[in-house]
Amino acid sequence: MTVIMDRRSVLLAAGALIVTFGVVPERARAQTAAPQKSVSPDRVEGFLAIDHDGKVTVYSGKVDLGTGVRTALTQIVAEELDVPMSQVAIIEGDTALTPDQGTTSGSYSIERGGMQLRRAAATARQALLRKAAADLEVELSSVLVQDGVVRASNGQEIPIGQLVSGDSLAIDVDPNAPEKRVSEYTIVGKPVARLDIPQKVNGRFTYMQDFKLPGMLHGRVIRPSGIGSKLISYEESSISDIPGIVRVVRLGNFLGVVAETEWSAVKAAQQLTVTWSRWEGLPDQTQLWEHVRNTRIVHDDVLSNVGSSASAMAVTPRKLSATYDFAIQTHGSIGPSCAVASFSEGAVTCWTASQATHNLRKQLAAMLELSDAKVRCVYVEGAGCYGRNGHEDAAADAALLARAVGSPVRVQWMRADEHGWDPKGPPTLLDMRAGINQGHELVAWESELFIPQGGPTLVELVGAGLAGLKDLSQLSPGGVLNDLAIPYTFPNVKTTAHRLESTPLKPSWIRSPGRLQNTFANESFMDEIAAELHADPLEYRLEHLDDRRGNELLERLATLSNWRARPQPDRSAHVVTGRGLAYVKYELVRTYVGAVAEVRINRKTGEIAVQRFYIAHDCGQIVNPDGLRNQIEGCIVQTVSRVLKEEVTFDHAMVTSLDWATYPILTFPEVPDVVIDLIDRPNEPPWGGGEPACAVVPAAIGNAIFEATGARLRSMPFTPAKVKPALNWL
Amino acid sequence: MAATVLNVNGRMESVTIADPDTPLLYVLRNELGLRGPRFGCGLGQCGACTVLIDGEAARSCVTPLSSVGASNVVTLEGLGSDADPHPLQQAFIDEQAVQCGYCINGMIMQSAALLRRKAKPSDQEIKQELANNLCRCGTHLRIVRAVRRAAGL
Ligand code: FES
Ligand code: FES
Repeated sequence: MTVIMDRRSVLLAAGALIVTFGVVPERARAQTAAPQKSVSPDRVEGFLAIDHDGKVTVYSGKVDLGTGVRTALTQIVAEELDVPMSQVAIIEGDTALTPDQGTTSGSYSIERGGMQLRRAAATARQALLRKAAADLEVELSSVLVQDGVVRASNGQEIPIGQLVSGDSLAIDVDPNAPEKRVSEYTIVGKPVARLDIPQKVNGRFTYMQDFKLPGMLHGRVIRPSGIGSKLISYEESSISDIPGIVRVVRLGNFLGVVAETEWSAVKAAQQLTVTWSRWEGLPDQTQLWEHVRNTRIVHDDVLSNVGSSASAMAVTPRKLSATYDFAIQTHGSIGPSCAVASFSEGAVTCWTASQATHNLRKQLAAMLELSDAKVRCVYVEGAGCYGRNGHEDAAADAALLARAVGSPVRVQWMRADEHGWDPKGPPTLLDMRAGINQGHELVAWESELFIPQGGPTLVELVGAGLAGLKDLSQLSPGGVLNDLAIPYTFPNVKTTAHRLESTPLKPSWIRSPGRLQNTFANESFMDEIAAELHADPLEYRLEHLDDRRGNELLERLATLSNWRARPQPDRSAHVVTGRGLAYVKYELVRTYVGAVAEVRINRKTGEIAVQRFYIAHDCGQIVNPDGLRNQIEGCIVQTVSRVLKEEVTFDHAMVTSLDWATYPILTFPEVPDVVIDLIDRPNEPPWGGGEPACAVVPAAIGNAIFEATGARLRSMPFTPAKVKPALNWL
Repeated sequence: MAATVLNVNGRMESVTIADPDTPLLYVLRNELGLRGPRFGCGLGQCGACTVLIDGEAARSCVTPLSSVGASNVVTLEGLGSDADPHPLQQAFIDEQAVQCGYCINGMIMQSAALLRRKAKPSDQEIKQELANNLCRCGTHLRIVRAVRRAAGL
């Protein structure tokens, strides 16, 4: 069901408390003027509306990126207000309607977004109870809500819809409003079936790529042959045989074509003769790591500094050092980015699958030189994006083309646009050092991370850059430094991040950004140390953790995986097997994950098969255990793909891995089993589950390969081309 | 421009398309308003656009309209409905075998073709059948379970 707010009912509702539910064709939705509604995250009516029938509308700035969080957020609100889930609908990421709750990323949708909703709902519940107590002339303590009805102990009842009037929810969110007791939960904590799945399996779901407006035209972009190439000329006559071409649009180096039909736009973009200037500014990919190491460091961030690692290191008789690298990777959404933009009376509405519609609105406003008030971005779910992929860029493309032709335009990126031009996970290099004293104890740990200076908060829009228009790109230190500091209790530790002036391809986040790379190095290096000290990797970690939940998690992982200290396995066979372990406390402040990987390696071919992953997972209170399992399975499978296969390739001009043949991902026959132990802690705050489990995957696999073969793999991805020489070298 | 008549989901549909090379995918989506088949790559590499043509799984993104002729085209919508879902659709719901769901059309259509050929496939056969259908969300394990469930295994 598509839930809309129609204009008439909004106006009737005076103060936007009351919305009408209904299934309305998209075109009606498109013509809906932006209603006046509070979008303040400090106000209950920013997040919630209740109509006279007791139907609840949730306005969520956090969006469902195909993760199931829509269902989980609905559970949280339904639970806290004590209404049936069927009575709750949710509107996501509409800059005119939903509060700015920040980018949907970092596994924060429940941890932060969900808790904002919970507090708003708890405040609303109190307000409704107070109103009911007053109306019924009873004590506040004698009323409660059940199934959308307020009941008094004397038997009187009022449905909550009847308690709502013009401004009853126009109140501040009270952070101290009493929350429902966990022991009374009936919805949170249950494996509620996802709300979107029936429509997704029968072709009724509206993805961004399905969204249409009346009179909408089809746009395609034609990107430069080299990242920095200039547009010299194009010949419109080269597409004169294609029917229905509306316009070729050029703005500086931005080039696009708009046509009446989608196929004409596709063909025209392929067929148009374009001359670009030669540009060869990318470094030699075979020298990528030298390039990274030689890039100017703009500043250092010290993430942890315990004791004095330098003085300890100076006197340790035994030292270990290793360098880890992690390839450039792409998001690889199965559905390439798409957006629709429509101008009317000097204002633009953009339908987008952006994970940050409020930020996108500001960027589009800057690019179009409009005030923010003239730009509305409306979230429509796309294919999974796993970070900031091309959706925002497609939105900019659509806006530029729609403005040029004066009609609504849909831009659908082609596969090569997505693989070539979505921003990439940057190349990451880590130097690790450890000092071991005479007593066989690790006394010093040092790491140095080489990472671009900003993961951007606002990634520069491709279209704005090519067209030479304004943009609001903005650097933020971002979370990529997280988990460089370690959870272990060594006496001297120093972890430093070197922020690099530049990186070859435009960077952004991909699921578990930074944490994944840092945990790969840390947990692989822990394994190297344990091996050096002839210690069992599990025992060694337990000895150096001072964290009750962490210890418990590792013990449950050991039980789940039937972990045993193993004698060195037979490494002479043609096919060998191994097990590897890795652990993370996400960002050192939240979700705990431990993994054991089982792998099989063909020593002749260097092929690795990941057969099974055991995962122990503690993210506090679990809102929906099946949704959480689905996310964890996804984390494991996707990251196994990144570990075994994925690397963006480029020549001096441009990305060359432009399709699934040149950027292969894991296929069905290669997918491991995943066995999960969820540790539920209903009385703890809920933490994120959308990405922490990714972080343990690379080291668990690398450590298993080491156990099986004695070869230590430190360069991602672990392709046969890298594994074979590592094996031969033994 | 001549009208082309297509047999889609058991109905004869007439469409007027200027270019006979137009891939079937765009005709289904834009002329007939179907949303099951999805654009993923346009290269025959990912499976998001899969439909059944005379019972065989076909990549509609690389199937020119001119080659379809009188063949029987079935899309996700034609497989079943809300009220009466196909066993595969029901099994995907029962197993919650969806994350973003963008690939799921292809997974269901490809599996439908498999189950027509072989009512009780092994896990190995299911995985082999789906080897050229890509899922980026990592929903594979659930998808295999759903196909197995639909086959009554
Ligand atoms: S869209 Fe047809 S195979 Fe990818
Ligand atoms: S469920 Fe998202 S691509 Fe498969």
